[in-house]
Amino acid sequence: MNWTQISCQYDGSYFGFLSCVFDCYVNREEPVEFRTPEDMCCSLYPLRAVVTDEGHARRVYRSFAKFGAEGRRLAVRTFLTCLPDRELWLWRYLRLAYEQGPAIGRNLTDPTVDKVRKAVWHLEHEAHQYKGFTRFSELEGLLVGEIEPKNRVLPLLRAHFCGRYPQENFVLHDRTHGEALFHRSGSRGSAVLPVENFQIGPAGAEELAYRKLWRTFYDTIAIEGRYNPRCRMTNMPKRYWAMMTEFQEEWDTALPEVRK
Amino acid sequence: MELLDKLNILADAAKYDAACTSSGLDRSGRPGTIGSTMMAGCCHSFSADGRCVTLLKVLQTNFCVYDCQYCVNRRSNDVPRAAFTPEELCELTIGFYRRNYIEGLFLSSAVIQSPDYTTELMIKTLRILREVHRFGGYIHAKAIPGADPLLTRRLGLLADRLSVNIELPSSPSLALLAPDKKKEAILTPMAQIRDGITQSKQELAVYRHAPRFAPAGQSTQMIVGATPESDKHILTLTQALYDRYQLKRVFYSAYMPVSPLVPVAEDYKPPLLREHRLYQADWLLRYYHFRAEEILDEDQPDLDPRMDPKCCWALRHLEFFPVEVNRADYESLLRVPGLGVRSARRILRARRVGPLNFEGLKRLGVVLKRAQYFLTCSGRMMQGLRVSEDGLLRHLVSLEAPALAAPMPEQLSLFDSAV
Repeated sequence: MNWTQISCQYDGSYFGFLSCVFDCYVNREEPVEFRTPEDMCCSLYPLRAVVTDEGHARRVYRSFAKFGAEGRRLAVRTFLTCLPDRELWLWRYLRLAYEQGPAIGRNLTDPTVDKVRKAVWHLEHEAHQYKGFTRFSELEGLLVGEIEPKNRVLPLLRAHFCGRYPQENFVLHDRTHGEALFHRSGSRGSAVLPVENFQIGPAGAEELAYRKLWRTFYDTIAIEGRYNPRCRMTNMPKRYWAMMTEFQEEWDTALPEVRK
Repeated sequence: MELLDKLNILADAAKYDAACTSSGLDRSGRPGTIGSTMMAGCCHSFSADGRCVTLLKVLQTNFCVYDCQYCVNRRSNDVPRAAFTPEELCELTIGFYRRNYIEGLFLSSAVIQSPDYTTELMIKTLRILREVHRFGGYIHAKAIPGADPLLTRRLGLLADRLSVNIELPSSPSLALLAPDKKKEAILTPMAQIRDGITQSKQELAVYRHAPRFAPAGQSTQMIVGATPESDKHILTLTQALYDRYQLKRVFYSAYMPVSPLVPVAEDYKPPLLREHRLYQADWLLRYYHFRAEEILDEDQPDLDPRMDPKCCWALRHLEFFPVEVNRADYESLLRVPGLGVRSARRILRARRVGPLNFEGLKRLGVVLKRAQYFLTCSGRMMQGLRVSEDGLLRHLVSLEAPALAAPMPEQLSLFDSAV
């Protein structure tokens, strides 16, 4: 069956994307590119501007149950990855998944499934790394942390950090995507919200003391006779270092400086 | 003494303990507490030697009554001594934990006054941490050989993982280097912990809130390279520990020369490659359904430094290969060099959809540069592959060669002064 090829414009949100999926299926149209209203360049394909409709989006989201646990996980998480043209890959994946049903979770040698699976693996791996490599600083009872991930890991980190610090107020800022995870102590909930211009005051004396203790511990725990910098870089790539307390010698602000 | 100095001394004294894992237990945080644990564990940093830093690894104290020759904390060694008070250590742990520096506490201790007194001190620390601070993160505690079984039990009720170090692979070596420790004294608490874990699991099946004794199991560690045992001896011992004591992990630690009394050669280097090969063999025992007798035998008592133990096994058992990807069972797939647990599982999953070829295997993440020699897809070998039996050995060795530490290239001098 030949569906009309179109260029799809949506608002950039996940619900917006799901609305696109809904409209494309209703109108029998095949998107060849996805764009947001901010994208300046025009395209030769007819443009369809999709209005985000929560009801439609929810219907599409519910339909993912047909893909089985593994298939559903990929359908939900691909949108958070940093895969170039992730909407297009996700669209191709969904087309395939509606055809194949739960078998999509096993069809690992298919090029589309492979691409999506590896992107999601990268996302989950990065999220797991950040569970360990995130550093918080205490500021008058509030814990503040900052990360610089390639993928949008905050939704994946949310359950982990909220479960770990139920009694703490904390903020975790994602510098790449301009989002932050907020949590309030007790069962008063948490949210991932967009933020602009995230700035924090200087660190207190106790905080500085703990940083010094941690650096001392970190430097002491290495055995000189086994010095192996390559192994360290394999396990902890240098892109994480800028945000980690153990590599910040002179550090009296609450958060590391942005190095450009 | 300042907290900073104490931390410096007591972390320095604890660093030769290889075990630093926070795995084996899933516990989510509850309201009113702080902390959770993950089944897979979580590395929070990696030190300059490439080892994972996941727990705050310190000693309660490094005052010791023993004089073990392989240990930095031996009585006769002239090093600065310090001791944490239980309150100090708890404050430090919580402070680090809140900032997400660590996954929990690894508490070990030198033996101060007596094993009982030391264990009581550790219990006090862990009790404050669990009951006052309501800490729910990971705690790994060292059981002190020779302590009263009741005290070890109380320690296990507070900690998630217990370990007793077997230290050296045979009792003659133990007598030589650790004259105050006896093999029996080490194995007794190990057996006690095993029985405690089994009993606790049975109780939990009946009562949901029964106290949990060392829910993440127990582990041990031994030093490699200080004494003349062969790899075969070490692996057989390891296997016996897994079988008989149901350990979660056995750690190996390449001997670092810390004592003038253990004679080592002038240019002694810690046997890091041997340690690496032992870990590879250890993984074969735990995840790949291998037995120690298969990996090494009387003719070949040591692991080949040039190749990983699985490749060595494959080369000695060429009659087992090639394995047909589309038909072989899980255990046979695991025997193929280049196929790991994940790849094997993926193969099982993917071949339900359709037959696999080499292109597909590459997508699954199989390391074909090794596996290609041992696999067929639908009865066919990889295209263009022609290797004789001894050529195979050369190919496999050359694959690993770049990763092995080569001697540093040296700038030649035009004017050699040493004539």
